[in-house]
Amino acid sequence: MNWISNYVRPRINSIFSRREMPENLWQKCEDCGTMLFHRELSENLNVCTNCGHHMAITPRDRFRALFDGGTFAEVKVPEPLTDPLHFRDQKKYPERMKTAQRTTGEKEAMLVASGEIGRTPIVAAAQDFSFMGGSMGMYVGNAIIAAAEEAVKLKRPLVLFSAAGGARMQEGILSLMQMPRTTVAVEMVKEAGLPYVVVLTHPTTGGVTASYAMLGDVHIAEPNALICFAGPRVIEQTIREKLPEGFQRAEYLLDHGMLDRVTPRGKMRDELISIIRMLLGLPPAVRGDLPAPEAGEGDSGTPAGDAPEK
Amino acid sequence: MTQYLDFEKPLAEIEGKAEELRALARTSEEMDVADEAAALDKKAAALLVDLYKDLTPWRKCQVARHPERPHCKDYIEALFSDYTPLAGDRNFADDHAVMGGLARFEDRPVMVIGHEKGSDTKSRIERNFGMARPEGYRKAIRLMDMAGRFGLPVITLVDTPGAYPGKGAEERGQSEAIARSTEMCLKIGTPLVSVIIGEGGSGGAVAFATANRVAMLEHSVYSVISPEGCASILWKDAEKMREAAEALRLTAQDLKKLGVIDKIIPEPKGGAHRDRPAAIDGVKAAIADMLAELDGKDAPALVQDRRQKYLSMGAKGLAA
Repeated sequence: MNWISNYVRPRINSIFSRREMPENLWQKCEDCGTMLFHRELSENLNVCTNCGHHMAITPRDRFRALFDGGTFAEVKVPEPLTDPLHFRDQKKYPERMKTAQRTTGEKEAMLVASGEIGRTPIVAAAQDFSFMGGSMGMYVGNAIIAAAEEAVKLKRPLVLFSAAGGARMQEGILSLMQMPRTTVAVEMVKEAGLPYVVVLTHPTTGGVTASYAMLGDVHIAEPNALICFAGPRVIEQTIREKLPEGFQRAEYLLDHGMLDRVTPRGKMRDELISIIRMLLGLPPAVRGDLPAPEAGEGDSGTPAGDAPEK
Repeated sequence: MTQYLDFEKPLAEIEGKAEELRALARTSEEMDVADEAAALDKKAAALLVDLYKDLTPWRKCQVARHPERPHCKDYIEALFSDYTPLAGDRNFADDHAVMGGLARFEDRPVMVIGHEKGSDTKSRIERNFGMARPEGYRKAIRLMDMAGRFGLPVITLVDTPGAYPGKGAEERGQSEAIARSTEMCLKIGTPLVSVIIGEGGSGGAVAFATANRVAMLEHSVYSVISPEGCASILWKDAEKMREAAEALRLTAQDLKKLGVIDKIIPEPKGGAHRDRPAAIDGVKAAIADMLAELDGKDAPALVQDRRQKYLSMGAKGLAA
C-alpha cells in the first residue's frame, strides 16, 4: 500500500502529466545503501526503513514531529555581532554564512521553540548540523541563553537536541567563550528547579559536548551517534593505534556511564513526554498524536490544567 | 644556554659570535676583545627589543610554548608559601598534568590549581606535556569545591595545549569532566582569578579560566583551537598556521580588546624565559591586584559577577 501509493502512483502521475521530477525524490541510505523514497523517509523521521540508520534531521522537521499537532512558537534569539573578528580563511566568514543560509534556508545553527508535547509545555532548542556543521558561535550561545530564559520565565522544562562538530572557529575565542556562557544558561534552568534534558544526536563533539551537552539531568542519545570531545581521527593520530569498533558511539558511551539511555528517534517523543512528566510530578500523558493546543494556549505560558506548580 | 626560536636566528648568530670572541680571549692572554664583544652585545640587545616589539601571532605562539618559559611549578614555588599539594580525583587516579593544593599567597590561604607541562624529557612525559585527562579536571573540581566551602580564593594558572585526546580520557568522560569543571568555576562563592601563563588551549583552558578576573602574560595565547589544527581544517594545510594564528585573534592584545581578558601582564625584554624572576614578579603583582579588586564582595556577588561577565561577553567585538 505504501509502496503503491508512495511510489507507483506518483510515478504514473508524473509520466502522464509530464511534470518535471525533482531530482531528490530518492535518497540513498548512507549506511545500507537502500534507496529510500523521500516521503517514506520523512514520515519515518529520516530513519532508514530498511536498517534503522539515523540520518540528519533539521530542527524544523524535528519540531514538527515533536510538538503536538506540529505547532510551536519560535523563540526569538538576540542577534550577535556578525563576524566579530573579521575572520578570513580561504573564504570570508560572512560569505560562508551566506552560503549556509542559502542552502539551509535558516538564519543560524540553532532553532528555539516553545510548545507542548503530549500536552506538556516545554521549551526546546535544536542544533542544525547542516548549518556550518552546527558549530557553536555567539548565535548558538545566545539561542541557548534565550531558551533557558524562556524556560525559566514560563516555568517549563528545557529539552535540547545537540548536533555539532564543535565550536565555530571563525569566531575564534568568542566561540570558546560559549562554553561558560551556555553553562550559565544551564545553571539558570537548574536553579529554577526545572528539568534539563539533553538529546545527543549525531554528531556531538568538541566544545559542545564539553559544555551544555554533558550537563543534563538526563542524557538520551540517538542510536550510533558519535559523541566525543576529541574526534577519533585526532585520537588515532595521537596514540597511533586503531580504535575499537563502535568507539565513541552512543552505545559505547552508554556502556561507559556517560548517557542514561540510547533511544531510537521514533520513540524519542514518547520517552521525553514520559520522563518530563515524571520529573514534574504530573500524571501520565495520553499516548498518541495529539491535536495542536488551542489558540492562545501554546505560547501563553499558562496552559490550563497540568502546568507545573512551581 | 637559551634555546633559540626560528625567528631568533639572527640574534643567535650575534650572541654566538660574542660568545666565541670571549672564549677566544680566555685562551689567549694578549687578545683584547672586550670592546668588540660589548658592541656585539649591544647589537644583540637592540635586535632582541626589535624582534619582540611587534611579535606576530604565530611568533607569540612559539614564545608561549618556549620550553624554558616559566611553568606552573615555577610560579607556585616562587609565589606561594606552605604549598601543600593535594592529589587525586577520588575516583580513578591522580593526574600529574594538573597541580593543585593549599598554599598561602602573601600569607593569605588560597587554593592554587594549574596545568604543568614539565621542564625536561622525564618530567614532560610524567606531566603528559600539560594535557590533562578527566582525572585532572575532577581533581580541580574537588579542590575548587573545597575552596568554596572554606572561603578560600582560587588562583588558577593556565598552560595547556589542550585536554588530552586519548582513548582512556574519552572513555572516562573528558567532555563531562571539562563541562563540570567550568560549571564549578561558575558556582563557587569565593574569588576566582586566573592567569594564562603560556598556552590557553581550548576547552582544557576554559575549564580553569572561567574566572572573575583573567590576566594574560604579554606573549601568551588563548584560543579555541591550535593554529595548526585550525589551518589543517580551514586551509586543509597544517603549514598555514601563520595565517590561522593571525585570523584566530589569539593574542593577549586582541583578547583584551574583545573583553575576554581583563589584564595584560608585561613580560621582560625578549620574553618570560629570558628573565624568569621578572616574569614571576609580574604575575605576582597581577594576582594581588585582581584579588584586591574582588575584596569585600560576598559569595552571591562573586557568582553574579562571573555570570554577568560571561553573559555579556562578545557584545562589542573588535570595534575600535
